[in-house]
Amino acid sequence: MRWQDWFHLVFSSVRYNPLKSLLTSLGIAIGITAVTLLTSLGEGVRGYVMDNFSQFGTRIIAVMPGKDDTSGMGGMLSSVRFLTLGDAYSLERLPHVDYMVANVQGSGPIKFGARSRNTEILGTTSSFQQAWDFPLASGQFLPVNRGQVSSAHAVLGQKVKQELFLAQNPLGKFVRIAGQRYRVIGVMQSKGSMLGFDLDDMVYIPADRALTLFNREGLMEIDVVFSAQTTSSKMAERIHEKLIERHGQEDFTLITQDEMLDSLDSILSLLTLGIGALGSISLLVGGVGIFTIMTTNIRERSAEIGLLRAIGTSRNQLLSLFLGEAMLLSFIGGLLGMLAAMAILLITSIFAPSFPISPNPIYLIAALLISGLIGLVSGIRPAWLASKMSPVHALRNE
Amino acid sequence: MIQVNQVNKTFQLGDQPVHALNNIQLKISPGEYLSIMGPSGSGKSTLLNMLGLLDIPDDGEYWLQGCDGLALDTVPMDEEVRARYRRDHIGFVFQSYHLIPRLTAAENIELPLVLAGIPPDERKERLQPIIQRLGLEQRAGHLPNQLSGGQRQRVAIGRATIMRPKLLLADEPTGNLDSHSGAEVIELLEELNNDGITLIIVTHDMDLGDRAKRKIRMVDGEIVLDKSREQEPS
Repeated sequence: MRWQDWFHLVFSSVRYNPLKSLLTSLGIAIGITAVTLLTSLGEGVRGYVMDNFSQFGTRIIAVMPGKDDTSGMGGMLSSVRFLTLGDAYSLERLPHVDYMVANVQGSGPIKFGARSRNTEILGTTSSFQQAWDFPLASGQFLPVNRGQVSSAHAVLGQKVKQELFLAQNPLGKFVRIAGQRYRVIGVMQSKGSMLGFDLDDMVYIPADRALTLFNREGLMEIDVVFSAQTTSSKMAERIHEKLIERHGQEDFTLITQDEMLDSLDSILSLLTLGIGALGSISLLVGGVGIFTIMTTNIRERSAEIGLLRAIGTSRNQLLSLFLGEAMLLSFIGGLLGMLAAMAILLITSIFAPSFPISPNPIYLIAALLISGLIGLVSGIRPAWLASKMSPVHALRNE
Repeated sequence: MIQVNQVNKTFQLGDQPVHALNNIQLKISPGEYLSIMGPSGSGKSTLLNMLGLLDIPDDGEYWLQGCDGLALDTVPMDEEVRARYRRDHIGFVFQSYHLIPRLTAAENIELPLVLAGIPPDERKERLQPIIQRLGLEQRAGHLPNQLSGGQRQRVAIGRATIMRPKLLLADEPTGNLDSHSGAEVIELLEELNNDGITLIIVTHDMDLGDRAKRKIRMVDGEIVLDKSREQEPS
């Protein structure tokens, strides 16, 4: 049999009873819609989270004090040294370092006139603004530290500015941060929040002053942003060497951004896969539907099967015809389901553009292939039964 | 051309074995016109199915000569080989037509050609004269449910003969037809017989059975009468 004729025969039998074929395909259609929507949602959430985490770039290494490995003699002999600003500036001078940002964070009251507000206080270095690309609304960011004690300058987050100064211009005014007097030299533009952390409800002061303010001896974190000319592992190695040289022991932890993103990415991908698998339960139900209809079909059409056998259709031809029918039904279901999912996605993107949902073409193609496969699997037994019917017996059943 | 030796076939009907074919001995020459008659349950349909390679005898031999002139014992044949044999050498006409409802008259007729993988150009060439001969030019594009009973049976005959078989088996071909269309169908079958095809008809209808040149009567699985009209003036 030529493949064109095979197609014609398979198509004609699916087309002959459109309503029945449509209802048979419906189960698969719903399943494919579910899988497509769920995986799109998973992908969307993954993209959303990854975007949030990588908005500051991926060429970042974070240095934190302490080492959580337990080593031989442990606590008694080794003493954890703090990460000092000296450490931070020594890292800044390493090759390929674009920016070094030293951070110490706390919270406290900020007062202007009669108004007061409890807010996050971030002690940082002047490179903070360029490194994370936080735009200023007015004024300037903290100046570069020249090696002596920094001046008492503060930069306000947008929300803090609005709460304390309302419509006034804060530049040049003095505020009290945890009781100390600071001059406002700049205001940041609104940056929104990142994973629930409000970046606008924040005051920036020089790191050395923050250390004194919070009565801390060491920094909480040093972030190193390096250029594209080196790799994150090489850069980490250089930082590692430098700090060992200064501290004499490994009492710090390096976290490279790409490691973090990698593990986050794999967790979220697994999640997408998981909800996709949940959705495919409905595909299974659709497959059972096709199996049922094909099985009853073969009973109803036994006279036709007998005739086909009588005029010399081989078993393989009969098998391929019925399998083709099951696969076509399932494929139509897959196509309908995909169209429905696309329509829903389109409507969502029109009415809720910020909803994190992103269809992945690979999942769409996989969904179609899977629907064909389901047709194949659920069609095998009925088709095999059809091909095994004795012609005399099949002809007698009318 | 056809040689049946000592063929037996037993069915189990409930708890009672039914001897549908009992030591059948039959020889049919090419181009014969044969009718098989007998009461219900006499085994005539079983005999026809056996001759058409649809049913397999329990024992005995059935030698069938193919178009290549080679006679083979078909009893030990594999089912796939039998299917191929049916497609190439045997035509079937059934009482209830057995047309595929979703294919047009022309598509139903050319179905065996499609199964044999013959390209559309050649199919068209072979289809055209048959449609003309059946008088179905105006109906070729219609679905079976848009045709009358007589037209449907003519489509079935077209399908049975398009592979140019040597043997045509008809099981009550006029059973569902009024007398007028029935006569037309019989004329068509006899015309084909005149062209050289071996025609075997199973029927209840005495008049129809009497038209055959050779009449076989079966009772309880046995051939009780095998009368040839060859010598008599017709």
